[in-house]
Amino acid sequence: MSLLLIVLLPLLGSLLPSLSSNQRRHQCALLTAAMPLIALLVTLRETPGVIAGEVPRLAFSWVPALGLDLALRLDGLSLLFVLLILGIGLLIILYARHYLSEADNMPRFYAYLMLFMTSMLGIVMADNLILLWMFWELTSLSSFLLIGFWSHQSAARKGARMALAVTGMGGLALLAGLILIGQIVGTFDMQTVLDSRDVILADPRYLPALLLILLGAFTKSAQFPFQFWLPQAMAAPTPVSAFLHSATMVKAGVFLLARLHPALAGSQEWLYLVSLTGLVTMLYGAYFALIKLDLKTILAYSTVSHLGLITMLFGLNSQMAVVAGLFHILNHATFKAALFMTAGIVDHECGTRDIRKLKGLWRYMPMTTALAAITAASMAGFPLLNGFLSKEMMLAETLETPLLGGLAWLIPVLATIGSILAAAYSLRYVRNTFFDGKPRELEKTPHEASFPMRLPVLVLAIVCIIIGLFPAFSATGILTTAADAALTMPAPELHLSIWHGFNLPLLMSAIALIGGFMVYVLRQHLFTFHRQFPSRNSLAIFEGAVQRLVRFTQWGIDTLENGSLQRYMLWVVISALAVSGMSLMGIETLKGELAVQKADPLLIVGAAITCFAGLATAFLHRRRLISLIMLSVVGLMASLAFARFSAPDLALTQLAVEVVTVILLMLALFFLPQKTPKESSASRIVRDVLLAAGFGGVVASLNYALLTRPLNSISDYFLEHSVSGGGGHNVVNVILVDFRGFDTLGEITVLCIAGIGIYKLLNRLRLFMPSSDSEGRPWSPDRYPMILASVSQSLLPMALLVSVFIFLRGHNAPGGGFIAGLVTAVALILMYIAHGVEWAQQRLSFQYQPIAVSGVAIATLTGVGSWAFGYPFLTSAFGHFHIPLIGDVELATAMLFDLGVYLTVVGATLMILANLGKVTTSHRPSKQKEKA
Amino acid sequence: MQHLIILPVLLPLLTGVALLIHRGGALTLRRTANVLSTIALVVVGVLLVAESTDDAIRYYAVGDWQPPFGIILVLDRLSALMVMLTSVLALGSLLYACAGDDEQGSNFHGLFQLQLMGINGAFLTGDLFNLFVFFEVLLIASYALLMHGGGKARTHAGFHYVALNLLGSMLFLIALGILYGTMGTLNMADMSAVVTTLDTADLGLVKAGALLLLIVFGLKAAMLPLYFWLPRAYAAAPAPIAALFAIMTKVGIYSIIRVYTLIFGEQAGPLANLAQPWVWWLGLATLALGAIGVLSARDMRTQVAYLILVSVGTLLAGIGMHSEAALGALLYYLIHTTLVSGGLFLLVDAIAQQRGKAGARIVQSRTLAQPAILGLMFFAGAIAMAGLPPLSGAFGKAMLLQSATTAQQHWLWPILLGSGLASLIALSRTGSTIFWRASGEKTGVTLGPLRVTGTLMLISCAPLMVAFAGPITAFTQATAAQLLDRDAYVESIIARGDTGGDA
Repeated sequence: MSLLLIVLLPLLGSLLPSLSSNQRRHQCALLTAAMPLIALLVTLRETPGVIAGEVPRLAFSWVPALGLDLALRLDGLSLLFVLLILGIGLLIILYARHYLSEADNMPRFYAYLMLFMTSMLGIVMADNLILLWMFWELTSLSSFLLIGFWSHQSAARKGARMALAVTGMGGLALLAGLILIGQIVGTFDMQTVLDSRDVILADPRYLPALLLILLGAFTKSAQFPFQFWLPQAMAAPTPVSAFLHSATMVKAGVFLLARLHPALAGSQEWLYLVSLTGLVTMLYGAYFALIKLDLKTILAYSTVSHLGLITMLFGLNSQMAVVAGLFHILNHATFKAALFMTAGIVDHECGTRDIRKLKGLWRYMPMTTALAAITAASMAGFPLLNGFLSKEMMLAETLETPLLGGLAWLIPVLATIGSILAAAYSLRYVRNTFFDGKPRELEKTPHEASFPMRLPVLVLAIVCIIIGLFPAFSATGILTTAADAALTMPAPELHLSIWHGFNLPLLMSAIALIGGFMVYVLRQHLFTFHRQFPSRNSLAIFEGAVQRLVRFTQWGIDTLENGSLQRYMLWVVISALAVSGMSLMGIETLKGELAVQKADPLLIVGAAITCFAGLATAFLHRRRLISLIMLSVVGLMASLAFARFSAPDLALTQLAVEVVTVILLMLALFFLPQKTPKESSASRIVRDVLLAAGFGGVVASLNYALLTRPLNSISDYFLEHSVSGGGGHNVVNVILVDFRGFDTLGEITVLCIAGIGIYKLLNRLRLFMPSSDSEGRPWSPDRYPMILASVSQSLLPMALLVSVFIFLRGHNAPGGGFIAGLVTAVALILMYIAHGVEWAQQRLSFQYQPIAVSGVAIATLTGVGSWAFGYPFLTSAFGHFHIPLIGDVELATAMLFDLGVYLTVVGATLMILANLGKVTTSHRPSKQKEKA
Repeated sequence: MQHLIILPVLLPLLTGVALLIHRGGALTLRRTANVLSTIALVVVGVLLVAESTDDAIRYYAVGDWQPPFGIILVLDRLSALMVMLTSVLALGSLLYACAGDDEQGSNFHGLFQLQLMGINGAFLTGDLFNLFVFFEVLLIASYALLMHGGGKARTHAGFHYVALNLLGSMLFLIALGILYGTMGTLNMADMSAVVTTLDTADLGLVKAGALLLLIVFGLKAAMLPLYFWLPRAYAAAPAPIAALFAIMTKVGIYSIIRVYTLIFGEQAGPLANLAQPWVWWLGLATLALGAIGVLSARDMRTQVAYLILVSVGTLLAGIGMHSEAALGALLYYLIHTTLVSGGLFLLVDAIAQQRGKAGARIVQSRTLAQPAILGLMFFAGAIAMAGLPPLSGAFGKAMLLQSATTAQQHWLWPILLGSGLASLIALSRTGSTIFWRASGEKTGVTLGPLRVTGTLMLISCAPLMVAFAGPITAFTQATAAQLLDRDAYVESIIARGDTGGDA
């Protein structure tokens, strides 16, 4: 349980600062520090046990499907890191309290910092690969917030985004690699994975998994060629750099190398990839640390260099090298955090970090100077300090490596060169900042930082000295435990001491220090040489690349989505044509078993008319009225065909629908532009004709194939049960209102919504209304022709009577609510056409929406009614009743349902047509009227 | 309760009708009625999910006509899940809409309920023609809602939307004609039984019908190259409607899963799994295109629309992977992406309202009135959509990555992870521009409680789905198992048909 506390307390700590405010800064810092402090105490309580060899573990099942458990462990490796994270973290909290200015939002800063601390603790304690990955990405996200904390600075925003993109990419690669490992081993449990080196190394997926994991580790730890984000992340406030970019975040990568060392190391691939990357990074970073001018950038490149050193050590496939690497992690964290804080103090007190402007600060800040000198000496590998010890171990290890075979002598030579550079840039950092004359061009007169701000540096400097002087006493215990965990076997015996006698590593150390001094003295030559290279700003390069990418994608999307409906339709039609055509090609013979019906002259004539009218519709599409008439001919022929093939219901419906749609289209014609747009290009016409012909051909073939095949369907059931179960002789109607009444209910809902939707659309529509045609002839003044008016008026009662008749007979003979509704609607619409909206509305003073909606309501409630009798929704009931004077009448609940259909059809149709008609009338508010 | 299964259709229908009978009327009353009805729908959804967990497949025979002759509504784990998901998303969107978006045009609340009716019906029905009907209901309702508030951009995008979808409806009808003409039934369970006994001479025809259906569903789901209606329509829709539309593509996804596991699944002989290869490659292409779109977006709404396209591609690829594990993973991802992308649409609108003239465009502007809460929600939503831990998107993606076979890994991993990286780069740019590059005094109106509640409700699903990832994945895995157990489905519907099924 205490393990969970170590991770969760800082998480809780990220919420606490928000309880405080920016004004009460002490309280805010104390609140923040409380939780990590408790976590540190909890860890310290566990420490003796861990050093004695226990490995406290804890596991809750979380997502079995993902292989994710909430599993934590505290082995030696975790312990080393937890102590570093919490210990340095607490110092950073203290430091940040005095570093941040009044303008900075302190609670927010602490919240981000604690979130980061939590995720870092999670990485080092995770006992499950997926859990590790989750915390891993969380460090990228929280560091994004921290780097971009001073969000008003462009460099901070860009630096944050660059860091996120690079480490985020590495994190995604890491996920892939970890999943591969999990699939090789069969579990994501850390211990099992660590124990499965032989299985992993033998698997063909080892190399891809290794590459992916290394990509994750190298991006995080800023290894070459991904080192570029780290210097740009220096836009972060200095406490962030001191914490993230010395002790924690960038150490996550090398931590991963140490953590997975037992599972992945030992192969040639590992040896070459890891150690050579580390070596290159070490040299690259050291060189640029010597060149750069900004204090924090110098430190950032030195961090890159030291991380390279550690990476190289983990790559060497030697147990002692791993120990050395772990030792250097500890040492680097202490001196580098301290150095960053001194850089922060200088920045804070002088207002600049430019090494050209800073000089001779020892006069103003002697304490800081002393602390910086001690820690920088440790960084240089000066004897009696901790950096010396691990550097010497490193040099000793490079002598042993089998890397590069016959050229193995190169490794120690290059390592020594790296050390020379390290000594040189350390010296430069201290001398150029704190000594060497007097400061110039400073914005403010520097003075010593307040004691609380120096305290964290002091603590770390003391740690450097203690480890440096008494390594066996202070570091052996924890280091051995950590090494045991990183090697999953007892580490080689460790003899940490200052003096190992005269040997080769000592000589190399001496060369490094003396060489460093000489390089420093001769540095101007180096600078002159370096000026020949064009300066490259990785931030600008990255930003430029992203912007090019964005522009490229914009070009791509704009080209693809050009806003042309024709193109979008084309894709749909092509897709449909492709799949159906392909399927048809798989059929041997299109014709089925049934004989083809003989064509009689009547059919041939009908078909010919239909074809002609169809073609005419297409060809005359520029003469819209004629085209529309031709279209109505097609519709009429369709209804005749229905009638010819014994489908009277369909014929009636088709006819009524045809009338209504043609009226609708006529109304719409009025609003179309008078001049038709340009004719399509010839190639486009060819394309469209081919496509249309192809699609028509495919659909015709499908029809032919279907109609010539015998069908064994469920429709027989409907024929049998229409009377007995549905109480009606007209099977079509019984299907509509009973067997599949639910479909009908859905469709009348559609109709109703369509009416309402069109009202919604037209309600606010303002259309241009021409007063004359394209040739300037005014519209006929005879708006409401006399003959039409009188005929329509006399037709109305008859039409209504017919619709009632059609409605009532519907259940047993062709007819029904749908057709009746359309007939009524057409009759009423005729009134509108003949007399105008104004006239009609005075007489038909009711709203259509309630009619349409209540139709749906009646149909629905009819269905719900069957619940009262214990039947499912829409169960019908019918019976024969004897009514005096009228006689035997068959009544069915289906009739009530049909009434709903009728009302909806009338209401919705009129809503659509009347609203469309209304747009044309003077009724609508025009601009002139509004002005008046 | 016997009639529970049909309530997700009837409840919104009755509420919708009641709200539509009169166009005018007190706004507060309408809002209350709509919210109460939607809450009731959430309750019904929860009950249905609870009922489905015993792995029995229940059906409701409308009109008491037994399958395969009548229309049935089928309750299994998947349909229950989808209905509940819809209702939760709807509640969040509706709360947001009640802060004022509903007043921008007429009949908002009634149409909103009818939209829910259409969506729920599509999820529940066990009849292919009935599915067509509900497709129509949800299409026409969504078109009307898309037009809500009016404006040139909406009219334009809406026309493309409705025209393409009507073309889809036509293809749907052709496909239904072919399938009924060869199989003689449109009850899905019955079709599943009939498909095993098909005459070899009819196979090509059935295949044509089945693949045409894929075009129709692909159009609904916004699969490449049928996705063109999506970006502009979603970007132009009023925010609460765009949020609700997050479920719309999932109707297509659902239909693909249903039809190509139940009817043309494992057992379908020569037609077995005929859609999966198409869906796999087109899904990957959609995924890649979505990622490109996310990078290219000049406007936050468009960006979220392309994020939806990314999720559609992910889901389709998951279907194409064609395994129980992948199906379970993609269902988890589906819940996540629906709720979070819905929340993001609301959030983006809320942000745009506080940015004055800049609106939703990704350009420098003045400081937001509420940078803290909006920033927090944006950060969470962006992490979840980009698929980074510790939020739900990461879990879904990680499960999908895991369930890929070695051959599938080569394609899925780079594309899925690459799209995640593209989203990360794009969203960090957006967030940085909106929240960090802002300058000047805070102005603009602060969000009301309704807007905050609605948005927060949906965005907070991302952490909640992580906390309860165990039970949720257990449910989706069981759902996947149930989907692939096609015999159990057919038997519980056709066999019980003779004895008279009880709902």
